[in-house]
Amino acid sequence: MNTATQAPGDFWEVEPHHHHEGASTSIGFWIYLMSDCLMFAVLFAVFGVLGGSYAAGPGPKDLFDLELVALNTAFLLLSSITYGFAMLAMVKENTRGTLMWLGITLVFGLLFLAVEIYEFQHLIHLGAGPQRSAFLSAFFALVGTHGLHVAFGCLWLVTLMIQIRQRGLIPANRRRLACLSMFWHFLDVIWIGVFTFVYLLGMI
Amino acid sequence: MAVPSNIETTFLLGRLDWNAIPQDPIVWATGVVVVIGGAGLLWMLHKYRLWSYLWHEWFTTVDHKKIGIMYVVLALVMFVRGFADAIMMRLQQAIAFGGSEGYLNSHHYDQIFSAHGVIMIFFVAMPFVTGLMNYVVPLQIGARDVSFPFLNNLSFWMTVGGAVLTMASLFVGEFAQTGWLAFPPLSGLGSSPYVGVDYYIWGLQVAGVGTTLSGINLLVTIIKMRAPGMTMMRMPIFTWTSLCTNILIVASFPVLTATLVLLTLDRYVGTNFFTNDLGGNAMMYVNLIWIWGHPEVYILILPLFGVYSEVVATFTGKRLFGYTSMVYATVCITILSYLVWLHHFFTMGSGASVNSFFGITTMIISVPTGAKIFNWLFTMYRSRIRFELPMMWTIAFMLTFVIGGMTGVLLAVPPADFVLHNSLFLVAHFHNVIIGGVLFGLFAAVYYWWPKAFGFRLDPWWGKVSFWFWVVGFWVAFAPLYILGLMGVTRRVRVFDDPSLQIWFVIAAFGAVLIAIGIAAMFIQFGVSIARRDQLRDETGDPWDGRTLEWATSSPPPAYNFAFTPVSHGLDTWWDMKRYGQTRPRATYVPIHMPRNTGTGVIIAGLSTICGFALVWYIWWLAALSFAGIVIASIIHTFNYARDYHIPAEEVRATEDARDRQLASAGV
Repeated sequence: MNTATQAPGDFWEVEPHHHHEGASTSIGFWIYLMSDCLMFAVLFAVFGVLGGSYAAGPGPKDLFDLELVALNTAFLLLSSITYGFAMLAMVKENTRGTLMWLGITLVFGLLFLAVEIYEFQHLIHLGAGPQRSAFLSAFFALVGTHGLHVAFGCLWLVTLMIQIRQRGLIPANRRRLACLSMFWHFLDVIWIGVFTFVYLLGMI
Repeated sequence: MAVPSNIETTFLLGRLDWNAIPQDPIVWATGVVVVIGGAGLLWMLHKYRLWSYLWHEWFTTVDHKKIGIMYVVLALVMFVRGFADAIMMRLQQAIAFGGSEGYLNSHHYDQIFSAHGVIMIFFVAMPFVTGLMNYVVPLQIGARDVSFPFLNNLSFWMTVGGAVLTMASLFVGEFAQTGWLAFPPLSGLGSSPYVGVDYYIWGLQVAGVGTTLSGINLLVTIIKMRAPGMTMMRMPIFTWTSLCTNILIVASFPVLTATLVLLTLDRYVGTNFFTNDLGGNAMMYVNLIWIWGHPEVYILILPLFGVYSEVVATFTGKRLFGYTSMVYATVCITILSYLVWLHHFFTMGSGASVNSFFGITTMIISVPTGAKIFNWLFTMYRSRIRFELPMMWTIAFMLTFVIGGMTGVLLAVPPADFVLHNSLFLVAHFHNVIIGGVLFGLFAAVYYWWPKAFGFRLDPWWGKVSFWFWVVGFWVAFAPLYILGLMGVTRRVRVFDDPSLQIWFVIAAFGAVLIAIGIAAMFIQFGVSIARRDQLRDETGDPWDGRTLEWATSSPPPAYNFAFTPVSHGLDTWWDMKRYGQTRPRATYVPIHMPRNTGTGVIIAGLSTICGFALVWYIWWLAALSFAGIVIASIIHTFNYARDYHIPAEEVRATEDARDRQLASAGV
C-alpha cells in the first residue's frame, strides 16, 4: 500500500460526535406527509375521472349544501389558526396556554367531524350513498379519507395533551407538537383542494 | 357491509368453516409436511431454550444489521415457496398435452401463478433488497443505526405479517386466481366472490405499510446520517442507488395502497370504482396499479445496479469508471420510471399518440441503463480482474441482462407489442431482467457481504456449482419461452392442444430442474460454510480489499458499528484510509448512545395480521378488536420516553481491544 502521499486530513473524529436528539424527526415526518399527499393525489385523480359518472343518479347540484360546507371549512381553517396560537404559546414556554389552544383546536376539529358525519348521514338518507354511482363512490372515498385523517388527528391531539400535562414542554413533546402541527395544516391544505375541486367546481 | 347474500356467515367465525380447508391431495401433503416441520422446529427451539435468545436478541432488536439479516432470511424462506410454485407450473405445462389435463385443476393452477408472482415480487425480491439496504447503507455512510430504529423493526414485522397472510391462504381458504395484479372486474366480487382476492389485498396492505415506513426510514437515514465530509457526490454507489430506490418507494407505494383501498371498498362496501355498471371504470385500476407497478421494477433493480458497481470496483481494484455519470444515470432512471407505465397496456386502446409517447419514453430508459453497462465495462477494461464469485455473477448479469433489456426495447415498440402482448415472450422478458438482474445481483451481494455479516466467507466450490446451474438453468428454462411467445403462445394457459409445442415446454421444465439444483447447491453452500466456518474465518474485516466504509470495521461489526465517527475526504473512504495508512484511533472511549430494543413492533404487526385475517373472513368483531388493539398499542408506545441507553465506555474499550488483538493475529 502506498502511504507516501500526505493524507488530506483526519479520517476519524476522536471527539465524541453529538447527535442532535431527534434531528431527523421533522424531515422524516415531512416525507411521510408527502407519501400521504400522494394517496390523496390518487383519490383526487379518481374523482377527476369518475366525478361526472352519475349513473343517472343525483349530481353535485342535487346534493351539496354550500352553506354547510362553508361552515365546515370555517371550522377547519379556524382550527389551523388556533393550532398556530398553540405553537406560539409553546415557543413562549407557556404550558397552560399551549394546552388551552390545543383544546380549542380539538373542539373545532370535532365540530368539523360532526358536520361531516351529519352530511354523510344526510346523503345516505337521500339514497345517495357510496354505492349509488361512481361519482358518489369517489366523493365518499376522498372526503371520507380526509375525515378519517382529521379523526386520527383529534385522537393524536388528545394523546399529546395528556403527555404535555404529564411531562410539560420537554423537547420530545415539542417535536411531537411540531409534527402534529404539520399534519394539521396539511389536512387544511387538502381540505382547500376538496372544497375547491369537489364542492365549488361541482356547483358550477 | 356489502357481504354477498349467497355466502353464509356466522357472528363468531364470519364465513370461516370446515369447507375452507382445501380438498386437494397436493395441498394436504404440503400441509402435513409444514405441520410436521413446524412442530419439529418449535420442539428444537424449546429443547435448546432458544425462545428467550430469539426474542431478546432478534425479534425485538432495533439493530439495523440484525433486522437486515432477518429480512434476508424471510426472503429465502419465501423464495423456496415461490420456486415450488414455479416448478409446479413448469411440470403442468410440460405434461398437459394431447388431451391430458395435467395434474393441476384450473382452480389450483390459477392460484399458483398468482401466488408465484405475488410472492416472488413482494415477499422475496422486496425483503431481500430491503434487507440488503438495511444492512449495508448505515455501514457505508459511517452511521451507528438508521434514523428511526423502532420503525425499522416494525417495518420488518409488518412485512412478515403480509407474508404470513399470503401463506395462510394455502391452507385456509384459497389465494387469488387473478394474476399478480388482480385486475378488475375479474378481481371484483362478481367474478371472485370467495376469499382469494381478500387474502391478496390484506397481505399486500399489511406488508405495504412496512415497505413505505422502511422507505421513509432509509431515505432520512441517507439524507441526515452521513459521516462528516461525505457529500452527496462522495456517497458509495450502492448508497446512491438505495437513495433513489427509497425515493421511488415513498413516491409509489402510496399509490398501490390507495388503489387497493378502492378495490377493497368495491368488494366490501359495494362502491363502483372499478365495476362494469353504475359508472365504474376498470381501466382506471389498470392505470393506477401500473403507476405503482412500473416504478416498482426499478425499486427492485436499482440497488442491484449499486451492488454490481461495488463488486466491479472492488474486484478490479480500481475506482469505478464514470462515478458521476453513474449517479446521473441512476437519477435519470428514477425520474423516467414514472413516465412509462402505460407500456404495460398498449393494447388497451389509448390511441396512437399516447402509445407513441410511452413507447419513446420506454426506449429512452435504455440510454442511462446502457451508460451503466459501459461504465462497468470500462472499469474492467485493462484491469486485473479477480474472478471471485461476485464478479462471476456480475459478468453473468451483464450478458443476461443486456439481452433481457433488448427484448424489453422490442416490446416498447407498440406495433410489436400488439403481437407479443400477454404472450410467453413477455414472461421470458421480465424473468430475463428480474432473474438476470435482480436475483443474480442478490446472489453476488450475499457472497460479497456474507463475511461482513458473519465473520467468515462462503464456500466457493458450492457457490460455483450454484452459479453454473443457475446461469445455464436460467437460459434453458426461459429461451424456450421466448420461442413459444414468438409463436403466439399466451401466458397463464393450463392445457395445450398443439402437440408441436410440447418439446419447448419439456425443455423449459428441464431448465427449471437445473435451477432447482442451483438453489439446492446454494443452501448446501450455506450449510457447508457454517460447518467449516473456522477455516473460512476472516479476521481482517476486509476480505476483498474493499473500498467503502463497511470494510473499515470488524466482521461482524459491533452493535455500535464504529467506536469513532469516520470522516470522508473523497470517494472510496476506506480505500483512502488504507492508502494514507490511517488506522483506527485509540483515544479515550466514551459511552455510546444507542436505541433500546422493544417488543412493540412484534405486537402491532401481530395485531395487524390478525386484523387482516379477520377482514378476509368477515369476522367483524375480531377485526374491530384487533384494530382497536393496534391503536392502543401505538398510543401506549408513545408514552414510553425512555427508548435509549448507553453502552458503557469500558465495554467499548473491551470490544475495541479485542478487535486490536484480532487484527494483530491476522497480521494487519
